[in-house]
Amino acid sequence: MKQRIASLTRNLKGAFTIWSRDVLRFSRDRSRILGSLGQPLLFLFVFGSGLSPAMAPLGGGRVNFVQFMFPGILAMAVLFTSIFSAVSIVWDREFGFLKEVMVAPVSRAAVALGKVAGGSTVAVLQGMLVLLFAPLLGIKLTWDQALILVGLMLLLAVVMTSLGVLIAARQRTMEGFHVIMNFIMLPMFFLSGAFFPLRSVPLWMEWLAKANPVTYGVDPLRQVALSESVPATFLDMLRLHPIATDVAVMAAFGLAFLVPAVWLFGRQG
Amino acid sequence: MASIVVEGLSRRFGEFTAVDSISFDVSEGEIFGFLGPNGAGKTTTINMLCTLLRPTAGRAWVNGFDVASEPAKVRQSIGLIFQDPSLDEQLTGLENLRFHAMLYGVAAKAFVSRAQEMLAIVDLADKARALVRTYSGGMKRRLEIARGLLHHPKVLFLDEPTLGLDPQTRRHIWDYLHKLRQEEGVTLFMTSHYIDEAENCDRIAIIDHGRLVAADTPEKLKGLVGGDVVTVRTSDNRLAAEMLRRAHGVEARSGPEETLIVEAEAGETFIPRMMASLTAGDGRVEVASVSLRRPTLEDVFIKLTGRAIREEEADSKDRMRMRGRMWRRRR
Repeated sequence: MKQRIASLTRNLKGAFTIWSRDVLRFSRDRSRILGSLGQPLLFLFVFGSGLSPAMAPLGGGRVNFVQFMFPGILAMAVLFTSIFSAVSIVWDREFGFLKEVMVAPVSRAAVALGKVAGGSTVAVLQGMLVLLFAPLLGIKLTWDQALILVGLMLLLAVVMTSLGVLIAARQRTMEGFHVIMNFIMLPMFFLSGAFFPLRSVPLWMEWLAKANPVTYGVDPLRQVALSESVPATFLDMLRLHPIATDVAVMAAFGLAFLVPAVWLFGRQG
Repeated sequence: MASIVVEGLSRRFGEFTAVDSISFDVSEGEIFGFLGPNGAGKTTTINMLCTLLRPTAGRAWVNGFDVASEPAKVRQSIGLIFQDPSLDEQLTGLENLRFHAMLYGVAAKAFVSRAQEMLAIVDLADKARALVRTYSGGMKRRLEIARGLLHHPKVLFLDEPTLGLDPQTRRHIWDYLHKLRQEEGVTLFMTSHYIDEAENCDRIAIIDHGRLVAADTPEKLKGLVGGDVVTVRTSDNRLAAEMLRRAHGVEARSGPEETLIVEAEAGETFIPRMMASLTAGDGRVEVASVSLRRPTLEDVFIKLTGRAIREEEADSKDRMRMRGRMWRRRR
């Protein structure tokens, strides 16, 4: 029993070490913060501003397209940061600090969990930075709303980081990296409802969107973020599921990725 | 007492046998060198001893702990320095050490003095608060050595510790390693394919194609080569080899740059006799140069394995390594 507690404490400390390393790195690397902020903002301002005039009639002139896209951009910041920080495991394990972690007297499961925690935290921090732009776009947010948005982003971040760890768990080289980029991340983002409403899309797309975990992140983010800025009737039209359903589906995806990720990561060669 | 005991250790990857039933002991406080060409099974062996890889057969004990059944105890009692860098370059030297201490359960209080002590030994005390990104290759290696010893391990494993460093830095690293053995009394188990470095070891094991072909002190290993090494350059090496076989009963082998190598006891007296037989008779051979030297470990290696320690072509990991170097340079 005593030994069990000792090994549990050790593993918790190990997971905490990995988490704090990720957070420390994030806080230190200003260029990375700015760099990864650039992409969402670019999408937001270029696409948003470019498409706004064309989209204006759809909302009956009452909805600004940039505002419509904003929750999707929050999801994007979280999605990209999560997957990237998880997939960096492949590199880190061969040529980085993670290699040293793998021989420490800490269980692999703790390492994987620490990595999920670290990647998720960094992704949420990144999402919060994007959230700071809301007032500039005319989106009104109360503190309660902001808090719920952070919670939703955290859930999405855990789902996506777990998926990233699952992908990276057995991968030994970086050669499959572009495949992951092009066939997982971008489609997930495009088919999440971030750019266009998923109502009245072709059937195949509707099904792909239903199987896409990011959809269940964008939907509640939009409902919460725009509740004070967009007419309720319009917002209702965009809604796919009640927020509770979205949260439940995300939690289910999270478990479905996290459990095999930890298991695969823990298996010894 | 033995620090490491290995009995019939093997590792197969599918059909390929990377390590084939090797056995050896390493005594406490010894510097033990594991020598072999790339792909001979050195890293696989280290990975098994460090519990990173499960043996497919045989057993091994490190500090008395079984690598298969007590991996956590083995890990706590060893330090490991990898072939590839494993520092976080975005963090400072001290932060790298602190994360290591956290992973190994070194108490925060004990850490401060221990870190100072180790940084002083490897001469990095004044760079502790600089980002590792700004360190030179040799400094990174020294920091890794300090880190590997932070939690008072009894055995330090070093996989190609001087790979990619210039000769002067390599010599320095060795000075530090000798100093550490003296001050910490730690056992060092290292692999290398820089054969000249193996002279620093108390004992050397030579591994080739996954098999252990010899394990002894450098002096005794050199004794396996029959005496001195005579290198001749002639106008017709094949003919010369034939003549030497007939006249002296020795087997000459071809050496680098079109030379002929003969092992002979008491080389000083062998050379005149050799010259006489090469230049006498009908099939005259012109001798361009002759040199004599004591055997090196390289000769031992060639004698035991039939070839020189060589570089293999790049595998996917090497390509990744190259890309990593380029990537790091660009930033």
